[in-house]
Formats: sequence, structure tokens, C-alpha cells
Amino acid sequence: MSKTTPSQTVGPFFHFALTDTHEIDDLAGTEALGERIVIEGHVLDGDGEPVPDCMIEVWQANAEGKYDHPEDRQDKAIDLGFRGFGRVATDPEGRFHFRTVKPGSVPGRGNTLQAPHISVQVYARGLLKQLFTRIYLEGEPLNDTDPVLTAIDEAAARMSLIAKNRGDGHYHWDIVLQGANETQFFEA
Amino acid sequence: MSDVNGYRIVTPDSAPAHPFPDYRSNPLRVPKRPLMILPHTLTEVTGPVYGHENVRPEETDLTRQHGGEPLGERIVVHGRVLDEDGRPVRGSLVEIWQANAAGRYIHQRDQHPAPIDPNFTGAGRAVTDDDGYYRFVTIKPGAYPWRNHHNAWRPAHIHFSMFGPSFMQRLVTQMYFPGDPLFPFDPIFNSVTDEKARNRMISTFDLDATQPEWALAFKFDIVLRGREATPMEEH
Repeated sequence: MSKTTPSQTVGPFFHFALTDTHEIDDLAGTEALGERIVIEGHVLDGDGEPVPDCMIEVWQANAEGKYDHPEDRQDKAIDLGFRGFGRVATDPEGRFHFRTVKPGSVPGRGNTLQAPHISVQVYARGLLKQLFTRIYLEGEPLNDTDPVLTAIDEAAARMSLIAKNRGDGHYHWDIVLQGANETQFFEA
Repeated sequence: MSDVNGYRIVTPDSAPAHPFPDYRSNPLRVPKRPLMILPHTLTEVTGPVYGHENVRPEETDLTRQHGGEPLGERIVVHGRVLDEDGRPVRGSLVEIWQANAAGRYIHQRDQHPAPIDPNFTGAGRAVTDDDGYYRFVTIKPGAYPWRNHHNAWRPAHIHFSMFGPSFMQRLVTQMYFPGDPLFPFDPIFNSVTDEKARNRMISTFDLDATQPEWALAFKFDIVLRGREATPMEEH
């Protein structure tokens, strides 16, 4: 068996290759089915300072809860207008946003059902390996039984994964890399 | 049952240390709360496998992206993207970026007083073929100073970003060149504390692929995470 190539930091100078021309801040475009939402927030470091050189990548199911991928064998339709993948950089104030549609629910392990969620990876200067986390949406009934959320004992850690519903399809979700309000990250 | 066959966890010897204070930007940006184990579901074993069709062939030749030829040592960088079981990772996007021959990035925030090369941007993209093979033509990047500590210089490197079929296989790394005298002094390279693992980030000089009267070649195979042998039992 071969061993994996180790991760290294994305560094401070990735923008010209990864996000200036290959940014995807709208996963849905105009043709996708489903309820349009915007996720917006800040990335903050252990001093509460904004992180201006961060890249965020997201992956999610379409509005029906179907992944556009050969291993998703659910009897649900692929939405050709929906990309599912996004990539954005933070601005000089550490802000980011992306537009998408509200994902449908997808199966979890065993016979569980997962609440609508978005898979997130965080890359930045200083991070030698990307961080993995998830976004859930405030007010979704399935949040109370989601197998990942319910496995997090500490309420603050659980809440760190839930984007606040600000109305009109806008959700606020900060990525706190370190400190009192630290986001729960995964060994994934 | 909807259990999926997940991906193997990256073993600690193959990962950079966490935290790693020798890298000055690291301590305030790494989480202190313990990472929570996330058993893989359909979300994790899927990922963006389509949509790479807009990669143009000329994006693999970083020496032909402007009106003239860039300065520096022309090189071929090639290899295969494989998983831990040696299976080729096919149709997968590989993105690279680097400094020019003088050690200067085109990035506007790079203030190193070395010349910009008007004929070199330093970004490329390729999609692996059915053998997991990719190939770039570029210019050997220079070392550059970075103020992490007194007289800190990064060894010459090319940044690599890979997608596999699963979002969990996503890998961003750096490719180094064999025999670089800066290796012992670079905290980013040495954040991978296992010597064998560090050596997996160093390309090898490839005489067979070197093109006479034209360009040296360096080979860099990349190994992404493989699958668990069998789906894990629920407890």
C-alpha cells in the first residue's frame, strides 16, 4: 500500500491561481431548482482578528437531496442547473459569502436521515492542512435529530455549526478558527 | 442500510504537526477544541467530479501563456495521481501555482524586491488521464525570503491542489526539488516531522523524461487517501 502525500499550507499567494479566475460564488446559477439562499460571514483567528487570506470550499446536495456523483444511487433526480461545488476567498475584512439553494436532506449512517447541510473546507496561510466542518441552517426541523449535530455534547460547539437565519434567505455563519466561540471542526 | 464505504483516516505520520509554532502564522489559526471524528456518509464520499471540461490544453504549459518566453530554467513536471491502493485517480483536476525564476509571485501582495517576469504568471491546470497522469511545462521557481524568522527562505517549490472522486480526498500540498540546501531550515517543509513522509513531497530528477536540448524533467507522483477495506459496522 502506498502512503499519502502530506498536506502543506495553501500559503498567502493562492488567489491568482485558485480564486481570481476560478472562484465559484454561486452554486446554483439561474436554472437550479429550489429555494435560493445566501450564506455570509467572517473568518476570525484566535485574537478575534479577521483572516483576509482564507479560501473556503463547499460541497452540497441539490434541493432534492441528491449529489451529482456516481456513488449517489438514490432514486432522486440530478439537477443539471446545479453545480454543488463552490469556492470563495475572504476579502480584506475577512468576509465571505456564497449563493446556493437550500440543500435537501440526505441519508446518514445506518437508517438515519441527515438535516440539510453543506460540507465545508477551510484553507489559509498558517493552516498546514485544511479544516473540515459543516453548515446547518437555523430552523430546520431535522436539526434536532441529525446524527452529527446530536453527537456533539457541548451546546456552544453544536451551535457553531448552525447558520443564523436573518430572513429573506440570508444566513449568517462565522468561521472562528480558535477561541471562546471556536467552530467545531472534524477529523474527517 | 445506507452505509457507505468511507475513506481511510490520514495517519499522523503522513500529516503536518498540529499545532506547529515554528511556523509563525500557525498558532493563532489552528483550532484548540479537539477535532470530532466524522464517520463518512454520502456527503463525504461524494464530491465535485464533473465540471472540469473547461480546462484548456494550453493551461498545462506555463511558458506559453504570454507573448514571449519567460526567463529561467525550463522544466517538465509530470507524474501520476494515485490512491493508497495504487489505483489511478482519473479525470481529476490538478491546479498548480508558483513563483517565477527570480522567486517572485505575480500576486499583488508579494513585495519581495525581485523582478516580475512579464511573460510568466505561474498558474496552471490539468486534468489527469485514464492512468492518473498529468504533465506540465514550466520554469523552475526560485527560492524567496518570507520573514518567518531571521533570514528565512522558502526552498523552491510548486503548490499543487488535487481533487479526487471524494471531497475528503482533497489535497493541497507543495512539491519540492531534490537536494535543496534550504530543507533543514524551512518550518513548512519540516512541519511534516516524519522523514519518509517529508521525502514524499520531493520530486525526483527524471532523465528518461528529460528532453535533449530543451528541458530537464522532474517526476512527482501524488497519493490521495484510499477507501476503507469494507464498510464499517454500526455500533
